[in-house]
Amino acid sequence: MTLTTTTGEPPASAGGPVPGPSEAARRKKLVPYWLLVPGILWLLVFFAAPLVYQASTSLQTGSLEEGFKLTWHFGTYADALSEYYPQFLRSVGYATAATVLCLVLGYPLAYLIAFRAGRWRNLLMILVIAPFFTSFLIRTLAWKTILSDGGIVVSTLDSLHVLGLTNALGITEGHRVLATPLAVVCGLTYNFLPFMILPLYTSLERIDSRLHEAAGDLYARPLTTFRKVTFPLSMPGVVAGTLLTFIPAAGDYINAELLGSTDQKMIGNVIQSQFLRVLDYPTAAALSFILMAAILALVMLYIRKSGTEELV
Amino acid sequence: MAPPATPARWLRRHFVVIAGLGTLAYLLLPNVVVTVFSFNKPNGRFNYQWQRFSTDAWTHPCGVADLCGSLSLSLRIAVWSTLGATALGTAIAFALARYRFRARSAVSTLIFLPMAMPEVVMAASLATLFLNMGITFGFWTILIAHITFCLSFVVTAVKARVMSMDPRLEQAAQDLYASPLQTFLRVTLPIAAPGIAAGALLSFALSFDDFIITNFNAGSSVTFPMYVWGAAQRGTPVQINVIGTAMFAVAVLCVLAGQLVGRRRKRS
Repeated sequence: MTLTTTTGEPPASAGGPVPGPSEAARRKKLVPYWLLVPGILWLLVFFAAPLVYQASTSLQTGSLEEGFKLTWHFGTYADALSEYYPQFLRSVGYATAATVLCLVLGYPLAYLIAFRAGRWRNLLMILVIAPFFTSFLIRTLAWKTILSDGGIVVSTLDSLHVLGLTNALGITEGHRVLATPLAVVCGLTYNFLPFMILPLYTSLERIDSRLHEAAGDLYARPLTTFRKVTFPLSMPGVVAGTLLTFIPAAGDYINAELLGSTDQKMIGNVIQSQFLRVLDYPTAAALSFILMAAILALVMLYIRKSGTEELV
Repeated sequence: MAPPATPARWLRRHFVVIAGLGTLAYLLLPNVVVTVFSFNKPNGRFNYQWQRFSTDAWTHPCGVADLCGSLSLSLRIAVWSTLGATALGTAIAFALARYRFRARSAVSTLIFLPMAMPEVVMAASLATLFLNMGITFGFWTILIAHITFCLSFVVTAVKARVMSMDPRLEQAAQDLYASPLQTFLRVTLPIAAPGIAAGALLSFALSFDDFIITNFNAGSSVTFPMYVWGAAQRGTPVQINVIGTAMFAVAVLCVLAGQLVGRRRKRS
């Protein structure tokens, strides 16, 4: 599709030399390239090139004092994997748990806003995005207060014997929630919940409500209507939402750092400390490459499985 | 005839409302805590436990060293990276939405990848580039990093809007002898404006609140999120909550005002 489909000759100003139609057409053909060049150049220099640099860094050996040299040392990858595979597995586990929780918690709210909110719809929408207006680090720190040892939440859970159950599952320890896997997953879920709700809402809102009536007319019970009509039609939102939640959650290190202990460190924590504290750049580069490859592979597989079209 | 109401039936009927409002409470609870604790007067260095009511922090919001400096750095970075990302991203969005050209799918992939990648990966790779180039970390490296990750989001927001635009409006303008420039300024741009505004707002929010990418590329500069991160280790001044609460209040008021204006305009 081109920008213009003018009828007849282009309006020519009197007197001045008029560019021939072929030249005008050629110039028009160049327009998209002029629009693209600055932004694409930017991404090539500051997004693609760094990835290449990182690939080469991951194959270097040396030390900070002597400098690093490219030696095609693939051993870094093997070492990194064998040393940090628990953190990798933990990241995938926590991110999966958080994604599932986001879907379970987010779906009713998205559904409520899309179909049942009436004139409250805009207000509810604002409330969903409202947390974004406060820095997420401050909000994550607030969970430290909410889940503090002996606080209302924790003592209530304790007296209801919920903590006994979660202790048995191995996601909490003793009489506390902070510094346990439960706290980290709670934080991840909380932080990425809006990323699930917004795409869910977008795809639910598009559903024609007459489909619900039709299902009801055909004697489908509400639950059947949901299972056979609403949920399948909301699949694009489910796919987009799970991706938008899983990807950042898998690479996150804020929640593990603020709400967890050393036993809850995720792969993001390792990359961060290797890069910024240990200054072992090859290991940090190899780890982030493995993380990137793993996530891209998962995303590709997931997109193919769920059969969605172009995402951008 | 509606069946008689029993508690179980009532619960089933209102399940979505109850569950949805529960999720909303989960989402908003931390904001309530942040606000309440902005009136706290903690005993130690950390503001995690309620002691007693005080408005000290509200009357001296800049009372802690470096806090307001970091806030101003964050604001400056957010403004400039919003401008940069919006300009670059809008141009790409127009090219993708309006033209067929070679390498279209390659361009789409290049736009999609930064969003499909965990922030740590992008952060570490960009920092590797700067290290290799011997560039000093600071304002400029943060700005470059922020423009890079905001760009794709602007493209997505603007492109969605331009794609949904009726191309016949532009044809009509041309039929009425508007020059291509006039058509763009008087027809295309106003229609695309909400998409551009959405992209710009998103960039501003993303940039202002970013921690992970900034942490890798800031050197010794301290943005507001980095200040909070440091505070989580050294001790959290109440002023952090004051700024969080104030930002929240200002943003909610702006949104509500926008809604009111929109409603009134619709009515008249």
